[in-house]
Amino acid sequence: MKSKEKGGKYRQIMKRFCRHRAAVVCLAIFTVLLLMAVLAPVIAPYEPTKPTGKFSQPPSPEHILGTDKIGRDMYSRILYAMRVSLLVGFLATAISTVIGVALGLVSGYFGGAVDKAIMSFTDMVMSFPYILLVLVAAAIFRPGMVSIVLILGFVDWPGVARLVRGNVLSLRETNFVKSDIAAGMPRRFILFSEILPNTVAPVLVYATSVFALSILDEAALSFLGMGVQKPTPSLGNILEGAESLSVLTDKPWLWAPAGTVIILLVVCINFVGDALRDAFDPRNADAFKG
Amino acid sequence: MWKYVLKKLLLAIPVLLGITVIDYIIMSLAGSPLDMMVGPRMTEGAVAARAAQWGLDQPVYVQYWNWLREVLHGNLGYAYKSGQPVADIIGSHLGPTLLLMGVSMVLGMLMAIPAGIYSAVHRYQKRDYAVVSTSFLFSSIPGFFLALILVYFFTVRLGWLPSGGMYTPGTGGGAGDVLRHLILPSLVLAVGVAGGNIRYIRSAVLEILEMDYLRTAVAKGIGRRFVIRKHALRNALLPIITVTGMQIPTLFGGAVIVEQMFSWPGLGQVTWDAVLSRNYPVIMGVCLLSAVVVLLSNLITDILYALADPTIKY
Repeated sequence: MKSKEKGGKYRQIMKRFCRHRAAVVCLAIFTVLLLMAVLAPVIAPYEPTKPTGKFSQPPSPEHILGTDKIGRDMYSRILYAMRVSLLVGFLATAISTVIGVALGLVSGYFGGAVDKAIMSFTDMVMSFPYILLVLVAAAIFRPGMVSIVLILGFVDWPGVARLVRGNVLSLRETNFVKSDIAAGMPRRFILFSEILPNTVAPVLVYATSVFALSILDEAALSFLGMGVQKPTPSLGNILEGAESLSVLTDKPWLWAPAGTVIILLVVCINFVGDALRDAFDPRNADAFKG
Repeated sequence: MWKYVLKKLLLAIPVLLGITVIDYIIMSLAGSPLDMMVGPRMTEGAVAARAAQWGLDQPVYVQYWNWLREVLHGNLGYAYKSGQPVADIIGSHLGPTLLLMGVSMVLGMLMAIPAGIYSAVHRYQKRDYAVVSTSFLFSSIPGFFLALILVYFFTVRLGWLPSGGMYTPGTGGGAGDVLRHLILPSLVLAVGVAGGNIRYIRSAVLEILEMDYLRTAVAKGIGRRFVIRKHALRNALLPIITVTGMQIPTLFGGAVIVEQMFSWPGLGQVTWDAVLSRNYPVIMGVCLLSAVVVLLSNLITDILYALADPTIKY
């Protein structure tokens, strides 16, 4: 009986999600890009880090997106770059979500001095200009993929923590949690089996926007040389040479495709997140609630 | 009211102290600036002398304490190497950054507020979807990429606008010249501001449009346009104020990257150089300043909130 109800609930969520046609299209595009990234070693025609053709060639049948300034195939590089950028974004989001959920749960459930301490720490991190923290952190660790994941992961959590705390505070006032407390249920059960499952939906929606932001930040930092380092391609550091006027004017294949891929990825993630928000929470079933 | 402001100010002090402590710890973890000086041209004795001169031979908490004591006496310290007072460095670069941030904020809100209201009023129509999709696009373009595209069109193709700096070199500058240099960087930042805010303002206005008092007002027959202008906008002001206040830290962060792209001579450049050369006093100065700005803007947001909404009591 219970499982049937659950199935119904998921079907309803699916149905509400599918009502957003733009989001469904975005999900499809995102899935294709994700598959291309995952399958990069299989579908990439060349090695991403080895020169395989002449320097700075425009697109041709052999190199469909041309070659870069040392003769590497741009199409293969973009495939591998997507892999790196998506992985960085995903891991950073995972880290910040775990930290945020843990701190939010503790803060909201226990309240009192613990809550005050955690929340003022959250405020401090939040009122810190984000990029400054990232820059200083990037200077500490040697720039690279691992450090960019850690930096973004440890900087992005305050929003999640606040969201979860707020949710826990309101869940604590609900009858089912109150009755658990009255029945003397163990704290662990209440936290992880009653409260946590009920905050999954908003956290998931929030995580999509963190995911989008992480991809943007990784790109910006790698572009400026503080993120993923060459020769590993990322969607940011591929664009590195594009500041020079000769590249900008005469070799659009070196920057236009990679930039388009970033925008496409981020737009799609944002649209999907927005549709998820409505699908999970029919109460504010406004198409694009902010 | 004054009591409230005072209370908020007092509450901000521990937060501010906390921020500086975190800054100092992170910065010290980043490694000593002396590491970068060791080389064939520096003897160990010379390095030790420098360490003593800059106070780097002491434990971190003593260094922090010394820094804090000087700050409380109104001295932000001196930059390594050049020996310039940090306050002077910040003072001479603050103007361009404030100009850039201010213009971008105004420009961004000028795009976001009308677009958000327009979109809310035409809810679920084609134009609504168009506006909202544009706002998603705006918040999905990386600033540096937008900068590249704008430079491509307006500098390279059309030759209308300069691609970097604040003045044309060799000329005296003047307001018109600065304005021409300001357009591209502030447009990049403004697009970011508008992207997030259009949807926020739209949903704030929508929420108000559904209120009973608005339905009553429409039912009275005073005209939809008048109702929206008189009743809805006034009440939508509150969320708009909040979101404007929340922009400031983001805007500062964006400014660092945009200043770098357009070689705009502001604090972002100073920060970038200071981080790269581990110039502790300068980093601490910028961090302190930005923390003060953020906390002050939070306070001003709270006060404006109180002014816009007479039902809030303190």
